[in-house]
Amino acid sequence: MIILPLVEPPPIELPELDWLLLGPMALVLGAAVVGVMVEAFAPRSSRRTIQLVLTFGSLIGAFVLVVLAAGSGGPVMASAAVIDGPALFLQGGILLVALLAALTMAERHVDPSGDAFAARASAMPGSEDERQFTARGYLQTEVWPLFLFAVGGMMLFPASNDLLTMFVALEIMSLPLYLLAGMARRRRLLSQESALKYFLLGAFSSAFFLYGAALVYGFAGTVNLGGIADAVTAQPQMSGLLLGGIAMIAVGMLFKVAAVPFHSWAPDVYQGAPTPVTGFMAAGVKVAAFGALLRLMYVAFAGSEWDWRPAFWVIAALTFFVGSIVALVQSDIKRMLAYSSIAHAGFLLLGVIAVTPEGLAATMFYLVTYGLATVGAFGVVMLVRDDTGENTAMENWRGLGRTHPWLAGAFALFLLSFAGIPLTAGFIGKFSVFAAAAAAGEGWLVLLAVLASAIAAFFYIRVVVVMFFSDPVGDGPAVAVPSWFTRTAIAFGAAATLVLGIFPQPVLEWAAQADIFIR
Amino acid sequence: MNVYIPLLTLAGLGMLFALFSVSVTSLTGPKRYNRAKVDAYECGIEPTPQAVGGGRFPVKYYLTAMMFIIFDLEIVFLYPWAVASDQLGLFGLAAIMLFLFNLTVPFVYEWRRGGLEWD
Repeated sequence: MIILPLVEPPPIELPELDWLLLGPMALVLGAAVVGVMVEAFAPRSSRRTIQLVLTFGSLIGAFVLVVLAAGSGGPVMASAAVIDGPALFLQGGILLVALLAALTMAERHVDPSGDAFAARASAMPGSEDERQFTARGYLQTEVWPLFLFAVGGMMLFPASNDLLTMFVALEIMSLPLYLLAGMARRRRLLSQESALKYFLLGAFSSAFFLYGAALVYGFAGTVNLGGIADAVTAQPQMSGLLLGGIAMIAVGMLFKVAAVPFHSWAPDVYQGAPTPVTGFMAAGVKVAAFGALLRLMYVAFAGSEWDWRPAFWVIAALTFFVGSIVALVQSDIKRMLAYSSIAHAGFLLLGVIAVTPEGLAATMFYLVTYGLATVGAFGVVMLVRDDTGENTAMENWRGLGRTHPWLAGAFALFLLSFAGIPLTAGFIGKFSVFAAAAAAGEGWLVLLAVLASAIAAFFYIRVVVVMFFSDPVGDGPAVAVPSWFTRTAIAFGAAATLVLGIFPQPVLEWAAQADIFIR
Repeated sequence: MNVYIPLLTLAGLGMLFALFSVSVTSLTGPKRYNRAKVDAYECGIEPTPQAVGGGRFPVKYYLTAMMFIIFDLEIVFLYPWAVASDQLGLFGLAAIMLFLFNLTVPFVYEWRRGGLEWD
């Protein structure tokens, strides 16, 4: 007879729930669940209206809650997440970006047959079913709950305080995006191909992240970021478990932000995905993933800064050079913007390498300005079309500035902001990130980054030249007349880019007040 | 060594259970051979040489498999909650109810949108 030793388990501590701090995330994710039920019960004709009310209502409500919560903060849900200054600042930024992206997703006047999404994503491309669904004017309204789930995951990502919560947030953010990428109404095979690529590579990167988390747990005995930081400081000598863990977690994160050499998915996915989703993905994922990367590197692994900094140094340099140089030869606007976003990931890594409060504040400001301009830029890309859908070949944009000065002007403003020309928000963001990195002793890297910016400026300006200083072919590019949804998104993006370029002080101060991670 | 005794017991019990169920089914189960019985997997899908229509599997098969995962996950989390429910109290009850509700949402969606109708 074997007598099993009975171990008395420690009493379970029930977590405190701070509803003001959890409110924004709970509202968005709750609205997503309600959205699924709407798809199940509401009649087809009223689904779109209900979903739009739910989406905009929850995003605006969550933004108000974030503003109300500003200044307060602390660990929530038994320290699984921590809502602090950076988390709230980035959540506010993500919600703004999501609002603009939702406006472009709601656009129904640009495509004569419906919105940007396939009438029925399940119908085989080119089949009779597809033709009939399109002719009946079906809309795939499931995109709205999927979108809200992705936004909820993005909000949790930079706020997660342990590696498991971070992984769950990563998946909540990514899984809906894989689906949304494959739902384009036009060029459906390209879209489905991009979704499959994104999914497979994303699954690999998630596996890397998870294995890294397991190794770090093996080293520290905890997945809590503060606990990992204590374990790192307590053991000054190198540890294979820790280094391997950091490396693998970094691979997972750098994949999400599309840093070289984990960037190869970005151009294909950005090109294939429906353009409003591309804008949302390019902006939102970058904000959320950089937020999480900053928290990891500043909180958990700050103690072994000297181990990971050289690797990040090389990756940052590779990323901004490869992004800028390959963008030079792109002839497709969407692919060019994809390589531009890769280059921006490189510049943003400077802020991660700095590991100073100034670096954190500068990176957060950069992220928000980049996000708003990106959604606006992809909003413009939606409008230049021909019979088969969007016309993203650069030669077809010739003379856009002569025929549609306002639209081309807005696009030029976004490009100049990406290039970092003064009087745009992009200049302030780039300048403050470079300044923070230089102050942290990374002078050489900043010098290289300035060189890469100069290369990047060339291809941004080239598009401006194509639009304004070359004669239109025939009648010029065909531009669809959008509803106020897209107009608002582009106008808000352009206004934010201009205002934050001329009066950046208030937002820079908010970022500077929010520059400490709570452990 | 003592700490490993529960683990070893569990491994032994697991092995015994596997042997028991295999031998009991082979001894007591009815033996009526038909075409499905000689398939490599008796799962409703023809794995070899190739399914009809160029190797396409009916998507309904995966819907059913995912339904299984929904209920599987439900049990995985219900069990530890049930063991510790007296300690978790009202908070635990509310949390597990919320969890069950959220798990029911995709099920309801699938049911309403005709995912449960095989043809």
